[in-house]
Amino acid sequence: MWNGDYGFLLGNLVKKDFTVRYRNMSLGIFWSLLNPLVTMSILTFVFTMVFPSDIKNFPVFVLCGLVPFNFFTMAWSSSTSSLIDSGNVIKKVPVPRQLVPIATVLGNCVHLSIQIGLLLGFTLIFGLGVNRNWVWLPVVWALEVMFVCGLSLISAAVNVYIRDTRYVVESVNTILFWMVPIFYDFSKVPERFKSIYQLNPIAALVMALRNILMDGVPPGHILLLKLAASAFVMLVVGFLVFQKLKTGFYDYL
Amino acid sequence: MALIEVKNVSKTFPHAGEAKLLRTHLQEQLLGRKRNVFYALKNISFELNKGESLGIVGSNGAGKSTLLSLLSGLCLPNEGQLSVQGTVAPLLELGSGFHPDLTGRENVFLNASLLGLSRKRTQECYERIVEFSEIREFINEPVRTYSSGMTMRLAFSVAIHVEPDILLVDEVLAVGDQSFQNKCYDRIQTFRKNGNTLLFVSHSPLLVSNFCERAIWLDHGALMMAGATKEVLEAYQQSKVNP
Repeated sequence: MWNGDYGFLLGNLVKKDFTVRYRNMSLGIFWSLLNPLVTMSILTFVFTMVFPSDIKNFPVFVLCGLVPFNFFTMAWSSSTSSLIDSGNVIKKVPVPRQLVPIATVLGNCVHLSIQIGLLLGFTLIFGLGVNRNWVWLPVVWALEVMFVCGLSLISAAVNVYIRDTRYVVESVNTILFWMVPIFYDFSKVPERFKSIYQLNPIAALVMALRNILMDGVPPGHILLLKLAASAFVMLVVGFLVFQKLKTGFYDYL
Repeated sequence: MALIEVKNVSKTFPHAGEAKLLRTHLQEQLLGRKRNVFYALKNISFELNKGESLGIVGSNGAGKSTLLSLLSGLCLPNEGQLSVQGTVAPLLELGSGFHPDLTGRENVFLNASLLGLSRKRTQECYERIVEFSEIREFINEPVRTYSSGMTMRLAFSVAIHVEPDILLVDEVLAVGDQSFQNKCYDRIQTFRKNGNTLLFVSHSPLLVSNFCERAIWLDHGALMMAGATKEVLEAYQQSKVNP
């Protein structure tokens, strides 16, 4: 039915998200930097002064966890409510509906790239330097974005039918802050829980980032495989579920 | 070959109440309990050929807007078949894609892409869209500062430049002032003269008879009458006098 220009529409939706968020903010884009900086400082204070840990370059270590975690929670929770927020458009204009949550995730990528800039900046400041394994960075980030797109397609569609979904997403995000190795090292996790941890793609990404940026080694093959598999599976399942559920959107929005 | 073919179409809606609760969904899926539904449209059939225009009349809640939503592909019928050939531009609610914090210019681009215009076409049409809306001096102001008439002007200007095969208009022009309304009506007449197809919902008998050679009359989801505009309008108005 709708045979318009997908790229043009997606671009405009992403631009809208971004413009609307910052137009009335005096500090504008700096908010994207301020939030991780503050959290990083607090965590660094607690874990070097209050509970001293033996991790070197703690600010970089924390940022490797915070940046992917922040992106994940922001993108996931905002896209979950995206269909309802754009309900008036979806009920009146026959746009391809899957573009709405995907545009929200991609809109968050703008902040993500700013925060990645911050992370790389800190890596250099702490003298960790550039190494050739940095070529893996775009790959692991792209996999995370794919994973979040798939997950958001499901949660956004379910949220139309059952509005409590939003709160489930928020609770899961709170749990994830502790269950992703943000301020502790994966090696501290007891052996019997490790395999469960590796199923969590956000935890896998954090480990991959630390491998690349701090240890200067490429992420392990098994880690990469798990990351890629979960991203692809999630994206495909996301599209299928969305396709199935979207027929009822008009009645429930 | 009919451009629009509607055959025994019915559309039901669940009664809203508890429809969104998990409990309701579980009862439906597991226990097979049926929801209370009401018929917004019941067993409707008609055809429309290329170049024809059809007026849709009826009182509030007759199912006029639901019919246009079905035709624009926003929802699927629960029973019956429906086929639409060609590109459709629905003007169901002007400015529904507008964001108040974006400027008029930004909204033109966003809305055009929502309605299916390509980037290139939008850039080509942009000047004409602004010209048609007559609000050039405010085009870089956020839409939240616009009056409802100004928003309507901009929204209609975008929609009319999509140049679809089929235009669906749902009583959206009432906000504009007289001169702008006339301009829109001229534009719709030109659209018809070019051999395009129009579906027009309105409460104004004068407009319906101006634009449409055929009309249908809906009442509580049922098709009461279909035929030449003059006869349908007469019967419809008669029913309001002696219910």
